[in-house]
Amino acid sequence: MDKMPKWADIVLIPLISLLLAAFFSALVILAIGENPIEALKLMIDGALMRSAGWGYTLYYATNFIFTGLAVSVAFHARLFNIGGEGQAMLGGLGVALVCLYIPWPHWSLSILGASLGAALFGALWALIPAYLQAKRGSHIVITTIMFNFIAAALLNYVLVEMLRPVGAMDPASAKFPDATHLPSFQDMFSTAESPMFRGAPANVTFFLALIACFVVWALIWRTRLGYEIRAFGQSETAAKYAGISPVRITVIAMLISGALAGMMSVNTTMGESERLILNSTEGAGFIGIAVALMGRNHPFGVLLAAILFGFLYQGGAELALWTSIPRELIVVIQALVILFTGALDNMVRHPLEKLFIALRRRNA
Amino acid sequence: MTAPAIELKGISKAFGPVQANKDISISVQPGTIHGIIGENGAGKSTLMSILYGFYKADAGEIFIKGQKTPIPDSQAAISAGIGMVFQHFKLVENFTVLENIILGAEDGAMLSTSLGNARRELKHLADEYGLNVDPDAVIENLSVGHQQRVEILKALYRKAEILILDEPTGVLTPAEADQLFRILDRLREEGKTIILITHKLREIMEYTDTVSVMRRGQMTATVKTNETSPEELAELMVGRKVLLRVDKKPPEPGATVLDVQGLRVVDEAGVERVKGINLTVRAGEIVGIAGVAGNGQSELLEVLGGYADGTGTILVNGSPIPLTGHGADGQARRAAGVGHVPEDRQREGLIMEFSAWENTVFGYHLEPEIQSGLLMDNKAIYEDADAKMQRFDVRPPDPKLAAKNFSGGNQQKIVLAREIERNPDLLLIGQPTRGVDIGAIEFIHQQIVNLRDQGKAILLVSVELEEIMSLSDRIAVMFDGHIMGERDPAQTNEKELGLLMAGITDTSAVAGNGGNDTTEQEVHADG
Amino acid sequence: MDFLTLLQVLDTSVRLATPLLLACLAGLYSERSGVVDIGLEGKMLAAAFFAAAFAYYSGNAWLGLLAGVGASIVLAMIHGLASVTFRGNQLISGVAINFLAAGMTVLAAQSWFRQGGRTPPLEGAARFNPIELPFAIGPSDAEAADRPLSQLIAEAGPLQQFYSELISGHSILVYLALLTVPFTWWLLFRTRFGLRLRAVGENPAAVDTAGVSVVWLRYAAVLICGVLCGVAGAYLSSALQAGFVKDMTAGRGFIALAALIFAKWRPVYALWACLLFGLFQALELRPDIIENVSGLKVQVQLLGALPYILTVVILAGFVGKAIPPRASGEPYVKER
Repeated sequence: MDKMPKWADIVLIPLISLLLAAFFSALVILAIGENPIEALKLMIDGALMRSAGWGYTLYYATNFIFTGLAVSVAFHARLFNIGGEGQAMLGGLGVALVCLYIPWPHWSLSILGASLGAALFGALWALIPAYLQAKRGSHIVITTIMFNFIAAALLNYVLVEMLRPVGAMDPASAKFPDATHLPSFQDMFSTAESPMFRGAPANVTFFLALIACFVVWALIWRTRLGYEIRAFGQSETAAKYAGISPVRITVIAMLISGALAGMMSVNTTMGESERLILNSTEGAGFIGIAVALMGRNHPFGVLLAAILFGFLYQGGAELALWTSIPRELIVVIQALVILFTGALDNMVRHPLEKLFIALRRRNA
Repeated sequence: MTAPAIELKGISKAFGPVQANKDISISVQPGTIHGIIGENGAGKSTLMSILYGFYKADAGEIFIKGQKTPIPDSQAAISAGIGMVFQHFKLVENFTVLENIILGAEDGAMLSTSLGNARRELKHLADEYGLNVDPDAVIENLSVGHQQRVEILKALYRKAEILILDEPTGVLTPAEADQLFRILDRLREEGKTIILITHKLREIMEYTDTVSVMRRGQMTATVKTNETSPEELAELMVGRKVLLRVDKKPPEPGATVLDVQGLRVVDEAGVERVKGINLTVRAGEIVGIAGVAGNGQSELLEVLGGYADGTGTILVNGSPIPLTGHGADGQARRAAGVGHVPEDRQREGLIMEFSAWENTVFGYHLEPEIQSGLLMDNKAIYEDADAKMQRFDVRPPDPKLAAKNFSGGNQQKIVLAREIERNPDLLLIGQPTRGVDIGAIEFIHQQIVNLRDQGKAILLVSVELEEIMSLSDRIAVMFDGHIMGERDPAQTNEKELGLLMAGITDTSAVAGNGGNDTTEQEVHADG
Repeated sequence: MDFLTLLQVLDTSVRLATPLLLACLAGLYSERSGVVDIGLEGKMLAAAFFAAAFAYYSGNAWLGLLAGVGASIVLAMIHGLASVTFRGNQLISGVAINFLAAGMTVLAAQSWFRQGGRTPPLEGAARFNPIELPFAIGPSDAEAADRPLSQLIAEAGPLQQFYSELISGHSILVYLALLTVPFTWWLLFRTRFGLRLRAVGENPAAVDTAGVSVVWLRYAAVLICGVLCGVAGAYLSSALQAGFVKDMTAGRGFIALAALIFAKWRPVYALWACLLFGLFQALELRPDIIENVSGLKVQVQLLGALPYILTVVILAGFVGKAIPPRASGEPYVKER
């Protein structure tokens, strides 16, 4: 007998954890002398009440869908990939090389090429930690953390020493050719009389992210590989018994994870900045952890959680613009979400389990 | 009459929705060995863990020597003079014997004085009870029998008057077990009270003064051992008459299916676990491997099952199968017609979080007939699982239920259904009835015999000697990575096998004309 | 490279190794008890801010230190709550704590000082200033002689140079950190507390059935971890630097973690590992020295990444296998 019904596990617990995180966030806002209700109003206003706000919210959400999926795929194999940030940085490098050095005739082709480049570079950056985990038992959490730092140093070097146009001061690549410009929501949905999503960075990559959600869902729950990944994640000893190679699954799961994290930079590097800059990831790789935890490692949950975090990001930017609350508030909220939905999960779960058992006893 | 050493009154304990102990009362006389017997999951270990303060009871009272004594934690139990030797030892593996003994019972904040005192006390205890262990040996270098001595010494060092032992002989050779019981006798003579949890009727009958029987969390009876019989105890444990014998026809062996030649296995730590064994299994026969746990049987199964590397030659149906590298995995073995019911169904045979239907293709999930295009044909798998669960009488017959929610016996039926219905030429079976209730044991044994009668080759590994003796057509005994000898079950007895299991090949003194005391089927329980 | 330059680099190494060492020992206590802590970074960062803020307000570095330690302990207790009491995922808890500190320090700094997430610079007694050991050439001698200190040291004999440049002239916290190494060794291997602490990281069930509280021991370890991270953070903002700036730990918590693995969870090895990583950081500040010695032009990015690369190499087991305490990372659940 399960301790509690399924709906309580996948809906009620995340919801309560989220409310706890929201409550403590409100306390933090109060503590720095601002009004949480006003702040929330401002955030909703800025992020959801105008199409341009949605344009930003969905732009951020696109990043978080990719990184959230990346963390979840690894989680299914019981691998904690904290390296999404570094993998996304390298993905950006892949996008930049594809966009700069291949003459694309049309954006629809270039987005495919850039996705491939991003996925490939992201996957490669995940390969070494994956291999070391699988073959030498090096703890993947520590190696992926180290690889984030190494990626930052590498990207810095490549930008400063190699990709920076002659005479330019910024550590950034040249601007990508016009043919690689991705249609933004503004391009797609505005008409002459009613401009929509004006100036917002959301672009066609959002749909790519939705496709990724579907593909990951099918992969995990409908394919042999997904079956093997989940089986391995639940029990390595059983996987061995069944002839599922731990090395193979660890490497494949991490490659997929790294590829997804890398693809985030199609959105940022190609869709928004249209050149490779030093800090295009802006911590989205880490937010993937919060998104995956909140979304209970299910692509649909990840989608919802990514939109929530997109809202928080855009709302947080609005707050920083109109109040004295710094953008770091988002980092605090993110921390609280990770804390309550991840680390303190049992704090919510155990009392609920007791409650459901007691209810069942009474009904019996 | 003296006050009982221990008296429990109305003890109840629930783990989530499972009621492990229900209103249990028991009284143990001082200076006796008191047995507690019951099926797997009957609640024996839970009850004793409560007495030792490892778990807290939901309700009930504990009296020690007539005094009401609340035991909220192990510290309280230790101060009340209770010691416990758990089934899985609670030792720090990379500490020395001495360090393990003083842990939690140090005299003062500095280690040096504690260690010195303990060294003297240990010598004294060793002399008094014949419990010799090198105080400076590191635990992980000691044999299991010696580790158990350390556990007993830990309790005696803490001045325990009452000693609880949970399934102490499960990991011992018969000789080591005898030695243990001599020590326990000695302790009883010194006036100590001993509680022995076991599922082995023989130990109860031979060594205890009184025995309490538990069934499904309740205490069904407490009787004087010399006033009862194994049959009566078995019936008390199960609640009905038990069939203590497996009915089977004489075997009709055919061609050799499995031929193992010079197999060696080295484990990850570099220790050689299987030291060059030869073994054949023919179609239509059951070959049983007897032996104390840890003598290479598990490694043998792992290599045959394809998930550990070995050297040597293994022929299945006359063709060699690879023992290392590519092609030496579970998938390849299944393709070669080898089915495998692993020793540890919860850690190997099943994914506990997966539903029953997903588990019915575990290991066979790559087979083409359950695919539709790129995806798995979940509908077909589900329907097939539903039918299998009906045929194997899995209860409840709900394929959507996660494997962890089935009882041990029903989990085993799911594994058996999966492996048997793929129609393998050779079936490897490890510990088929470990942690399985008696009703399911009969069913599982019958399935194994039926499969043999269909002309399949079966290799059975079990640490339960009685199971080996009642199912096998041929018995091979393993000790320290070697096969010590093969015996015909009709021509041997428990004593002879016991000597072989201890590595003694000169069995002329006890080799008999068939076991007279071997028809009794052990009742399995390790709860 | 001359002797004095070498001494100068080693001197910088010691300064930079100190926060690593404190954080590394902090992690050692925690992981020896079975609680993995990737939140060293966050605890240091929080301590750095609160130490700087309180030192600024009070003008007293010691009060700052106290506040820093207090902040670090609060985060450590959150980690204890998640890992010990609620038996949650220790890695996830560590990640959360790192973000919590990264966000809260900026929020609080902005709210209190409004200087873009930094504290005002610390001066005088608000900082831990260098201590001049007896017989060493220090700033007081330079003042008395009315000549630059560097000149005086350059003129001294090699032994005096060694003593004055490398041994003398550090803040009290450096000496404290160094003393923590033998103390930790003694505590772990010579006392009852140490025996129990090591046991609970190897097999908590053994400790539990021996009548000792697993929860209490693990909380004690997490608390010590908090205290040491607090000192490390306070050192960063009020000894190594003069004030707090956003993200000033800059990955030191992770380098400390790497050093802990390198040191195989042993206190004396930890000292050597941290000194080595401190040396890397010192060389990163002086790439010219490597160029002079080796004749190679070295990318600063490579030097910066070197501790991380080295950690990966160590983790890969090419330089000896590191085996963590057996129960580390595992919440203690009584088996059924």
